[in-house]
Amino acid sequence: MPDLPWRFILILSANGLLVGSMYALVALGFVLIYKATDAINFAQGEFVMFAGFLAAGASNLAGFPWWISALLALLGMVVFAFGLERVVLRPLLGRPVIAVVMATLGLGFVLRGTATLAFGGGTQTIPLPVGDEPFLLGPLILPPIELVGAAVSLGFLAAFGWFFLKSRIGVAMRAVASNQQVAMAMGINVRRYFALAWALAGVVSALGGVLWGAMLGVDNQLALVGLKVFPVMILGGLDSILGAVVGGLIVGVVESLSAGFLDPLVGGGTKDFIPYLLMIAVLMVRPEGIFGRRRIERV
Amino acid sequence: MATNAIEAIAGERRRVQLAVSGVSKHFGGLCAVEDVSLSVAAGSITSIIGPNGAGKTSLLNMISGVYKPDTGTITLEGRDITRARPSEVAALGVARTFQNIALFGGMTVLDNIMLGRHVRMKSGILSSVIYWGLAQREEVAHRARVEELIEFLQLQDLRKQPTSALAYGLRKRVELGRALALDPKVLLLDEPMGGMNQEEKEDMARYILDVNGAWGTTIILIEHDMAVVMDISDRVAVFDRGRKIADGTPGEVQRDRAVIAAYLGTRQERAEAAE
Repeated sequence: MPDLPWRFILILSANGLLVGSMYALVALGFVLIYKATDAINFAQGEFVMFAGFLAAGASNLAGFPWWISALLALLGMVVFAFGLERVVLRPLLGRPVIAVVMATLGLGFVLRGTATLAFGGGTQTIPLPVGDEPFLLGPLILPPIELVGAAVSLGFLAAFGWFFLKSRIGVAMRAVASNQQVAMAMGINVRRYFALAWALAGVVSALGGVLWGAMLGVDNQLALVGLKVFPVMILGGLDSILGAVVGGLIVGVVESLSAGFLDPLVGGGTKDFIPYLLMIAVLMVRPEGIFGRRRIERV
Repeated sequence: MATNAIEAIAGERRRVQLAVSGVSKHFGGLCAVEDVSLSVAAGSITSIIGPNGAGKTSLLNMISGVYKPDTGTITLEGRDITRARPSEVAALGVARTFQNIALFGGMTVLDNIMLGRHVRMKSGILSSVIYWGLAQREEVAHRARVEELIEFLQLQDLRKQPTSALAYGLRKRVELGRALALDPKVLLLDEPMGGMNQEEKEDMARYILDVNGAWGTTIILIEHDMAVVMDISDRVAVFDRGRKIADGTPGEVQRDRAVIAAYLGTRQERAEAAE
């Protein structure tokens, strides 16, 4: 057995897990919408970017402290997502899936354009009170922003998991996700839960935007985080929240390992596409993902 | 005087709770329900029978607000619910079960039945987040009612089981429990005994009679088992090809020529079929 650089692998994996849990957070927004409303939100990445711009703008242009900026981004995204559901998506209810897909795709470009118009093309920063000095834990070297990002993401995912599984509203949401017609017969106002799902996707995007924005800087490129959601989702299963978490962690680790091992060999760039290769492979072998529901269609 | 009082009481007993009048529903060129009227007395058990495709489930779907009738009106206690949304109809006290069991498979028996209480809970999405404690207390009160139903349906040992793991007859029973959790005035049951064995059918029939007896719930059911239908119904409505062809007590319906023709074929048709 060749002498593998274990410490290097360990460091890469740990960083991958941290970043992966932040992917999981963004993916949660996507799964939520898919599960609850059967719509695919191709603008999830732009949601994150837009939230980043809101937070960066609030602190850089208006001079608010970081926590007020983050709160403003949160509020802004909830109102935005809520309004979007009301104005754009509700009229599309019952139309073919492609209509919603195109609407969200278009929305993504609108968001990119307006964000650049409003905030300029440069990269902005979100000044979170997090140091640059890496945190040393045994053999591990952990960047503090990744630690904070992972802690917030996992915290939110755990809280959301509890809400979704145990609270009455969460149970009703699951009922809506599972069968809209029956949920209605139980007296559940399905539209209200659609709105709630979008509002929650807004919350997720705001958290993602602030964290990812603080880590990468805020510009149009931030929306690319949303594209990483697709391998995460396909790996975990489109309609599984646990799948989003596991898929996020896998993509984070794979990305980190390929950046550490493959990039030096070929001159860089592999981490940007290896997750998609993995996605294609999974699609060929197990299209429903690790935790996804296998659809049995009666012909 | 005395006879007047008796008549008044009898009138109250026969009070029409749900009235369907002149309702039609077309799907493209297909006529699912054609000019159907039906009066359902409060506290009665009404069965709707008829061959497949007779429009029975379509009618139930219109009462519960899933379909909107093309023509006609549906009233519940004098209130027009023709165009009401399913969630509004449920909130007004109409609960239903489905032909193909429609439980939330990943959830436990308890969660499924608790969902039936949803409509009776006052706190909405926002307020139950803001007034967490209040919502929790409300939930405890509703839990008590759910426990009552679980006991009534003898599901005590299965509370925490996911419904997907239960036997067919039990799932039907859980679905009945979920509908009962709405504390409905009117209960719509779409083939509550479909696919059951004799013992399960007898159990279900007993539960239906008990619900009707204990809480005075008005029950409308679609059922194919004639023995059960004739046994438990106050009234029977017979459907064929989207139309109501007969309506009366079980005895009246059994003697009805149109019913006999629809079910057994006329003598002439039988003769033709035999050739």
